[in-house]
Amino acid sequence: MRIILTAAAVLTLAVLPVAAPWLQFVLTLAIAKGFAALGVAVLLRAGLISIGHAMFFAASAYGVAFLAHAGINDLGLLLVLSVLVAALTGAIAGAFLVRYRAIFFAMLNLAVSMVFYALCAKLYGVTGGTDGMPVPIPAVFGIIFAEPAFKSVLFYLSLALMVLVGLAVQRYLDSPLGHALSAVHTNEIRLEYLGIPVWAVLLIAYVISAALAGLGGAISAFAIGRVVPDFAFWTASGHLVLIAVLGGIGGVPGAFIGALFLELLHSAAVTVTDAWNLIVGMALIIVIMFMPQGIYGLFARKEASSP
Amino acid sequence: MRRPILEANNLCVAFNGVKAADGASIAIHDGEFLAIIGPNGSGKTTLLNICTGYIRPVSGSVLLDGNDITRLSPRAIARRGVARAFQIPQLFSAQRVIDNMMLALAATDGLWSVVRPLETAKRREEAMALLGLVGLDGDADRISSTLPEGHRKLLDIAVALALKPRLLLLDEPTSGVSALERFPLMEALMSALRQRRITALFVEHDMDVVARYASRVLVWNAGNIMAEGRPDEVFGNAQVRERVVGVA
Repeated sequence: MRIILTAAAVLTLAVLPVAAPWLQFVLTLAIAKGFAALGVAVLLRAGLISIGHAMFFAASAYGVAFLAHAGINDLGLLLVLSVLVAALTGAIAGAFLVRYRAIFFAMLNLAVSMVFYALCAKLYGVTGGTDGMPVPIPAVFGIIFAEPAFKSVLFYLSLALMVLVGLAVQRYLDSPLGHALSAVHTNEIRLEYLGIPVWAVLLIAYVISAALAGLGGAISAFAIGRVVPDFAFWTASGHLVLIAVLGGIGGVPGAFIGALFLELLHSAAVTVTDAWNLIVGMALIIVIMFMPQGIYGLFARKEASSP
Repeated sequence: MRRPILEANNLCVAFNGVKAADGASIAIHDGEFLAIIGPNGSGKTTLLNICTGYIRPVSGSVLLDGNDITRLSPRAIARRGVARAFQIPQLFSAQRVIDNMMLALAATDGLWSVVRPLETAKRREEAMALLGLVGLDGDADRISSTLPEGHRKLLDIAVALALKPRLLLLDEPTSGVSALERFPLMEALMSALRQRRITALFVEHDMDVVARYASRVLVWNAGNIMAEGRPDEVFGNAQVRERVVGVA
């Protein structure tokens, strides 16, 4: 049942831009943010809230811009390298941050990300300051596309990655390491007495979550065509936490469901009123009050109760 | 004389001036089932905390197979074959009973695999066998927080056994377990310990359990050893009967 539902959802997403071309950009951004929110959701399993994951989103996006300026002009290579940049940044920051818990973890992530934001905004000669950096359209397997065609390629590539990376993350969460990660939330003492190094379990999760945020950042950089310091601003990090909670952390699809819901709601709300934040805020209150497990929790519950 | 698997020498530790260990030394030999009895607050659990690296003594040392483990972490000591079951069960309460067991099994045989799932047929079978040992095989798919306290205690012991330890430290294994289940649990536990050649040290308040199962008894009082010997010798000691058994 779950496979059929997932296949139907992916198929619907694939044909939506054909019916409404304007949706392609919205959906690409939603998937990109879904990756980053999935990174946040991975850490939420251990009870750790990161209010700084936009840093990895931005690190990867800037990675794309720098690498493109350095002459690398292949979409696949740029994606892989920029995700590695985010993962490496995650490994460096994580080695220090995963020693902390609760509010200290959240605040330190926020602090580090704001240092990163300040560097991006102030180092004008390197990063272009608040003007940011342009991201040229790369070649895809040696083929150079015009912008509209490239954006379509990017959308379908993002969709394919959503399925493949989603399955890989689910595999990780089902593995002993994934279970150990969830166990950190409930009983660190027992984990230590099992001989499991909690620090290493969390660092691996942190690097994976940074890489996921990085993948989202790289896709966003290609979709928008420019990277700016605002990618790393604390409100962007808060937005990712919001998406993760809204979608639900009970399963991998939750992050993407949350991102799609929020992006589509935002797109619809701005056409109705300038006070679109009001509509988005109301929707969030309703979801959080009546669906504590997030939107995905609703699907999961229905599936569990079906005969 | 069999060699000691664990030795604690001249341990000293105090909390707010109250001495939990005051120069005490103990040794447990291969194949023993050593019981530690004593009044509440005498420092029995502290001794287990020191031996497993949770608390560092002010002075003294702990040796495992002759190697100093005094400054090692609980994780490092666990990886050297010392497992522990707690007075208050330490479980992954949001996870299923079987997941608690399989994670403990994975800790010894493949934690770092991110490709293979936690639940494999072999691991499940092994976990079910251990759960069967403590009578929890019917609860395998329950969330562990929904178990009654006595069953949580049994699961905690099963988790410790899943680590395939050489030395098992049990803190009041029968507390919280109903009177009807107490002796069947101890029989199963003793059988598992003998089959797997596990040496064990257990803190216990139930003197019937101690008298029946311990191979040696050590009486801990105010951070020191008051008496030591076979159960019949210790329980025949008038001072022990008056000061410990009467209040235990």
